[in-house]
Amino acid sequence: MGIRVLKGGLLTTVQDLGRNGYQSQGFSVSGVMDVRSFKIANLLLDNPENEAVLEFTLIGPTLEFTSETIIAITGGDFQPTINGEPAPMYQAILMKKGDILKLGSARTGSRGYIAFSSYLKIPTVMGSRCTNLKIGLGGFKGRKLEAGDYIYFRIKRRYLPYFLSRHLDLDEFDQEKVTLRVVMGPQEDRFTAQGIETFLGSEYTVTSDFDRMGCRLDGPFISSKSTSDIISDGIAFGSIQVPSHGKPIILLADRQTTGGYAKIATVASVDIPKLVQRKTDDKIRFKAISVEEAQALYMQELQEMDEMRRTIHKPCQEVLQCRMVARRVSKLFANQK
Amino acid sequence: MNYKILTAGDSSVLIEFGKEISPEINHKISATVQLVRDQHIEGILDMIPSFCALLINYDPRIISYEKLCRRLERLLKIDVTAGARKKKIYEIPVCYGGDFGPDIQNIADHAGISVEEVIARHSSRDYLIYMLGFLPGFCYLGGLDEKIHTPRLSNPRIRIPAGSVGIGGSQTGIYPLDSPGGWQLMGMTPVKTYDPNRDPAILVEAGDYIRFNPIDEAEFRRIKELVDKDEYQVVIREGDD
Repeated sequence: MGIRVLKGGLLTTVQDLGRNGYQSQGFSVSGVMDVRSFKIANLLLDNPENEAVLEFTLIGPTLEFTSETIIAITGGDFQPTINGEPAPMYQAILMKKGDILKLGSARTGSRGYIAFSSYLKIPTVMGSRCTNLKIGLGGFKGRKLEAGDYIYFRIKRRYLPYFLSRHLDLDEFDQEKVTLRVVMGPQEDRFTAQGIETFLGSEYTVTSDFDRMGCRLDGPFISSKSTSDIISDGIAFGSIQVPSHGKPIILLADRQTTGGYAKIATVASVDIPKLVQRKTDDKIRFKAISVEEAQALYMQELQEMDEMRRTIHKPCQEVLQCRMVARRVSKLFANQK
Repeated sequence: MNYKILTAGDSSVLIEFGKEISPEINHKISATVQLVRDQHIEGILDMIPSFCALLINYDPRIISYEKLCRRLERLLKIDVTAGARKKKIYEIPVCYGGDFGPDIQNIADHAGISVEEVIARHSSRDYLIYMLGFLPGFCYLGGLDEKIHTPRLSNPRIRIPAGSVGIGGSQTGIYPLDSPGGWQLMGMTPVKTYDPNRDPAILVEAGDYIRFNPIDEAEFRRIKELVDKDEYQVVIREGDD
């Protein structure tokens, strides 16, 4: 038993943290774009950190549940409804057999995630369940979901302790201007001092050329010393390459493993989610920080997630009140004697 | 050894070994990859060796930038070129010309030699695999005979079938899967350089060598049949550096 896809949405794929360990052979990592929203969705259900989820983009899917399970929806606000009634986000939701979950279009952000307590039955290919769309590898038949697809669950898991406590504050995705913190390098020495000043001092606009592979920005010309062509080398998640046209391209989940343009900087891991949730015409600025600062921010986010985990593992107010009620009732009985 | 460790964000470092394409630098990189692998450094997630650099992805919650750099610097002091390494040569059978290599006459005309000489020149040397990238299993090979360097097609093909062997400028290589491309096609191999259902999916590694071995159409069909039944073993020879 599992989920039936009634509508696939614009681009709905099975993703996890990606296919790591095969980049030396030319396999892209793929995996989720917004790692934070992904981790929070799994966290709400006590799933393993790297459990596969559905990632959807701009217009979400409509799903029918053919058995009971618990889900959590995170990321941008896709105005989810269950059987026509508004459904909460950043919260564990019990889905019953026959329930229909509909994700609309993104009111805020551009990507959303659904995690499942019963885990999606998707075969592991080279250590990952993620979809590599370019070569049709992994995920659900190597492609995006379409109407009529059916995904089974791997296990029956319909109970989670502290169920009523499993809700968190929503992340905000409605900013139209964001500042991305970056670590300079590896090839910032390819650019002129003025080019670097332009990069760090200007506002850039997200163009419509924005997909799982990368995000092209428009804005002031970043000048390089001679040419920004380099001998091809490896690309990291969030690498900002600047070809000869002088406009930055930020490389994302489906990036090629190697590339031949100089990379002026790399977006800090914790700020990549801010970028991937943007829409066309949103504005972006860059701020340089040290690698130590970027790693401290990463550790801070992990601590924040530990805190979330504690929050959802406490008895909720209602339950606490029930106990108080029970205690009072038992006192009443004691007095009767 | 000359190298520079550069930051590539908070989860990757790029070790730059030089700024030119040379077998010596590339050998150092292959040896370093092996060395880092043997060390099983906790926190390293992936490595991408390229022409003259090595990108290492790591998880900073397990190993910090500073600690990783210290460990790498210690490793990079080891003279990796000391041990004489045998080179591993993969023999790739290729059926040249005909429908398999529709552009081989272009290549011959451009070089002003016969098709036979194109084949002889192309199949008479071992090509170093500098790196894999672009597509799974796509090898960037070095050492193509200058005589048969041929510009790419002015009008790229929309679909080039997997197994096609071609020349693009100063490069030669094999298309691991169906893909658009502008290379001059000279032949085809029945061997699957990429097969998602095989373990490992990719046959070769950066640092290995490829040698093209001319075969006729009958041999092509015989090998193809074996490949389809999963019974074909690519010949791997060892050679001295």
